[in-house]
Amino acid sequence: MSFFTMAKTLIKSIFHGPYTVQYPLEKKGPFPASRGRIEIKIEDCIFCGLCARRCPTGAINVDKTESRWSINRLRCIQCSYCSEVCPKKCLKMDSTYTAPSFENVEDEYKNARVPDNKENNRNIAGAC
Amino acid sequence: MMGKKTVIPFGPQHPVLPEPIHLDLVLEDETVVEAIPSIGYIHRGLEKLVEKKDYQQYTYVAERICGICSFMHGMGYCMSIESIMGVQVPERAEFLRTIWAELSRIHSHMLWLGLLADALGFESLFMHSWRLREQILDIFEETTGGRVIFSVCDIGGVRKDIGSEMLKKIGSILDGFEKEYSEITKVFLNDSSVILRTQGLGVLSKQAAFELGAVGPMARASGIDIDMRKSGYAAYGKLKIDPILETAGDCYARTSVRIREVFQSIDLIRQCIALIPEGDIKVKVVGNPNGEYFTRLEQPRGEVLYYVKANGTKFLDRIRVRTPTFANIPALLETLKGCQLADVPVLILTIDPCISCTER
Amino acid sequence: MLQQTINTISPGELLAYALRLKNSNYRLVAISSTKVENGIEMSYSFDSGEDFVNLRIIAEPGDEIESISSIYPYSFLYENEIKELFGVNITGINPDYKDKLYRISVKTPFNMKEGDK
Repeated sequence: MSFFTMAKTLIKSIFHGPYTVQYPLEKKGPFPASRGRIEIKIEDCIFCGLCARRCPTGAINVDKTESRWSINRLRCIQCSYCSEVCPKKCLKMDSTYTAPSFENVEDEYKNARVPDNKENNRNIAGAC
Repeated sequence: MMGKKTVIPFGPQHPVLPEPIHLDLVLEDETVVEAIPSIGYIHRGLEKLVEKKDYQQYTYVAERICGICSFMHGMGYCMSIESIMGVQVPERAEFLRTIWAELSRIHSHMLWLGLLADALGFESLFMHSWRLREQILDIFEETTGGRVIFSVCDIGGVRKDIGSEMLKKIGSILDGFEKEYSEITKVFLNDSSVILRTQGLGVLSKQAAFELGAVGPMARASGIDIDMRKSGYAAYGKLKIDPILETAGDCYARTSVRIREVFQSIDLIRQCIALIPEGDIKVKVVGNPNGEYFTRLEQPRGEVLYYVKANGTKFLDRIRVRTPTFANIPALLETLKGCQLADVPVLILTIDPCISCTER
Repeated sequence: MLQQTINTISPGELLAYALRLKNSNYRLVAISSTKVENGIEMSYSFDSGEDFVNLRIIAEPGDEIESISSIYPYSFLYENEIKELFGVNITGINPDYKDKLYRISVKTPFNMKEGDK
């Protein structure tokens, strides 16, 4: 049983200064492998719907007839299962954090395909 | 002389509890005579979700059962499915799972040490414990992408690899962590205020601990040698593990067991980094599981049991998780008899309650 | 992996098996239950360090199962939970919480019959 056991730690922390990051003057950046949000390169997408079938929460909705791909940002759990099964590898996990929002945010891409992208347009015209 | 009996609710909301649990304490003039539990405040119906999510999507549900022991829940579920389907995980994946599991154990015990210091009123020790825990959470974010929920364990292996420079970096971070951590443990084990409040409190003898079915550090602090890691799942068969036992059985002994387990985990991670082989990290899995299996793992709080029953379609039939906090509740109700009312928060914290695991 | 065995027995032999396992120093790990077509299937798991044994009973509706809390005192928590959530008729639990362990408004939520609220 001894007294003043914490003295050494306390004196060290007086001289060290604050251990915490002085937010919002300086921000702590994410690591390269951090899972933040899903980004899509819409020109390469063929709207096969594999990502929508595999999503565990049902956050992705794909409509082939209207060429529409949308993701519900608040339902996404950033597991990156969709980016593993995509056959064209157009989905990517970006490392910026999902921002807080007041309402249900749904990001939608409609008819965003470049018209003279001959190789991908061929996949849509010949129905599979 | 018989005192007057009153019943006081130790409610679901209490500053010392990390999660809600309700106890009705029957008191006789400041001494607790009996305690009656009442649970169900955080039940989310996760076991019924197997009817809606197929067995591969359920991995993400299983690791969200609890935030503190999240990796081991995912690992236990994947190990049950792999045993039913007869899949052999590659060796490098086993070692990676062991490294993440032991890091989980370190971070869970650091969280518990901070909560114990907070329950005793020792705020600066609580802040220092959690400051050291941040170094471990940064390792998690750098290797898996998330601080608390990793989403890295999958049926057939793991999804992300750790390169060899990252492994060296983990080794050097742990060296610095160990030095600062030994200074904090001197306070926990030698300081007079901590000793006066935990020694001799809630004594559980070896016979009583066996009769009441205690698991994990609660049983090891009373002298019973139960440790699921000896059965050799994942890469534990190739590592050298010494059992950590104490004989006193009071709160001080349980604190001492958990402190020494952190040192043991750091040593196990160093052994893994030295022995890890090259190879793939994942095996492709096709088909549906059919059969049933019981898996037992060693979580930071004790022994967890997974029961998975599958019937050949892509939806499972039944999954049952029996967590170590559920098994330690009878031992808690027994140690509460005879203590003073002011000691009840410290006693409830020494079983390391993780109520969201207990009630899925 | 450890050995695993599952024995299916009838409800009347439960106490005899449990007493034999207690005398050979097995400890009770957990009691699990699943709903099958003709009742509730309960599995009692015991462990002794090297061996892992499971006893399985099918409890038809209307059956009475004896509690093993006289042999293993801490099984009261598992049996109270199963009695409250699944509706299996287990007699002689010590202490019996009489359906007050979980504070729920529905009677047996995991074993709802058609037409129950």
